[in-house]
Amino acid sequence: MRNSLYKKNIISINDLKRDELELVLKKSAILKKKSAPDLLKNKIIASCFFEASTRTRLSFETAIYRLGASIIGFSDGNNISLSKKGETLADTISVISSYVDAIIIRHPQEGSARLAAEFSNNVPIFNAGDGSNQHPTQTLLDLFTIQETQNRLNNLNIAMVGDLKYGRTVHSLTQALAKYKKNKFFFISPDVLTMPNYINNMLLERGISYRRCQHIEEVISEIDILYMTRVQKERLESTEYANAKSKFILSTKSLKNARSNLKILHPLPRIDEIDHDVDYTPYAWYFKQAANGIYARQAILSLVLIENHF
Amino acid sequence: MQINKLQVEAIKCGSVIDHIPSQIGFKLLSLFRFTETEKRITIGLNLPSKKLGKKDIIKIENTFLSGDQINQLAIYSPCATVNYIDEYNLVGKIFPTLPRKIDRILICPNGNCISHNNCINSSFIFIKKPNNNMNLKCKYCEKEFSKNIVLS
Repeated sequence: MRNSLYKKNIISINDLKRDELELVLKKSAILKKKSAPDLLKNKIIASCFFEASTRTRLSFETAIYRLGASIIGFSDGNNISLSKKGETLADTISVISSYVDAIIIRHPQEGSARLAAEFSNNVPIFNAGDGSNQHPTQTLLDLFTIQETQNRLNNLNIAMVGDLKYGRTVHSLTQALAKYKKNKFFFISPDVLTMPNYINNMLLERGISYRRCQHIEEVISEIDILYMTRVQKERLESTEYANAKSKFILSTKSLKNARSNLKILHPLPRIDEIDHDVDYTPYAWYFKQAANGIYARQAILSLVLIENHF
Repeated sequence: MQINKLQVEAIKCGSVIDHIPSQIGFKLLSLFRFTETEKRITIGLNLPSKKLGKKDIIKIENTFLSGDQINQLAIYSPCATVNYIDEYNLVGKIFPTLPRKIDRILICPNGNCISHNNCINSSFIFIKKPNNNMNLKCKYCEKEFSKNIVLS
C-alpha cells in the first residue's frame, strides 16, 4: 500500500483524502493489536505546546515513547525564553526544525500550524490544536473509535450536542464524516451556540442531511453515535447557561430509548454535561475513545515519518 | 466646440488603471501599496465617465503591473481596465479577471488568526457559492467569510 502521508504536514482534517484517513485507521488498528517500539527508534520529535493541554500532550508523548522515539519540547508557552524574548513563531519553528525530525505544535491562535509548516524547512508539522480551528489527531481518534464501535464510517446517524459554535472537534468530525456516504447529522445546541454556517453550507452543498433539534431525547432512538461536548459557561449569560444546562445534560434517563449499538463519545474534559451514572452504561465510550488517541497518534506519526512499514 | 482635454496628465510610460468606481481609487492606492514606490503617481477622483457616471483613475509612471496585481484589482474594481503605455502610446489593454486567490492585500476578519501578528502576508482563496455569491477563505485560520465582510 502506497503511503501518501509520508513527509506530509498534518494541519487540517480537510487536507486528508478519504484513502489517507483509511490508511491511518488501518495503521491504528494494527498498532492497537501489536505495539511497535522500534518503529521510530533514533527519531527526535519536538512537542511544542504554546498553551496547556494535558491530555493531548500526554497522549502524543505516550505515542512517541511507544514508538521508541525521543522527545524535546515544552508544555507551557508562557515559560519559554522564546516567547519572553519576543521571538516570532516563524523564527521559533525555523530554529526547532533544525534539531528534530518532526514538530508537534499546540498554539492558541488559529492558523499557527499552517504558518509553522511554512517555516519548518520540510520537517513535518503535526497540529495538536490551533485555537478554535483544527485538531486533526482528535478527529482521527474519533473516526477510529466510531469505526471500531460501529464497524463502518458510512450510513451512520450522528448527534452532536453542546457548544457547536466554538467546538472545533465537532466541526472537524463533521467535515471528516462528510467524506463518507449516507451519514446523517443531528445538531443539538443552545441557540447562541449553533453549528456555524460554513459547516451547514458544506453539508447542504454535498447533499448531506442534517437537522437541528432541541433535546437529546428527540433523537436518541435514531442515533448510532452521540457526540457530547461541554457547553462553556463563560460563553453564555447566566440565565442562558442555566437553561442550556438542564437541556443538554445527559442522564441515564435520556438513554431510555437508545439503540443497542449507541456509543457516547466526548473529547473530554467532561464537566457536568454527562451524569456520572452514564459511565456505568454500555453506551459510555469516552474513556476508551481517549485511550484510542494513543493508537491514532502512533499511526499518524509513523506514517508521516516512515515511508514503508506495512 | 468640443473640448478634448485630459482630466489627468498623460504619462509617457507606465500603467493606467482606468474605470475604477469612484471612491475606490484611494482604497486601491493604499491596499495595493502603490504609494510605497518612488515612481510618480497621478490620481483623478470623481471624473466623468460614460460607463460608470463617475470614475477614479490612477496613473503610475514606469511601472507595469503584474498579471496577479491586475487580477487582484477585480475584487474591488471589477470594471477596471489596465492600460500599458509606452512613448505616450497605448501598447496593451487588460481586463482584470477574478483570481483564484488573493495574497497580501486583505486582512482576515478573524481577530485570533495568526496572520495578524507574525509579519506574514494574508492569503485568501475565493469560494464560489450558490447564487453567484463569492466567499473568501483564509488560508491560515480556514475561516470562510462573505466577500463583503472581508472587503469592508
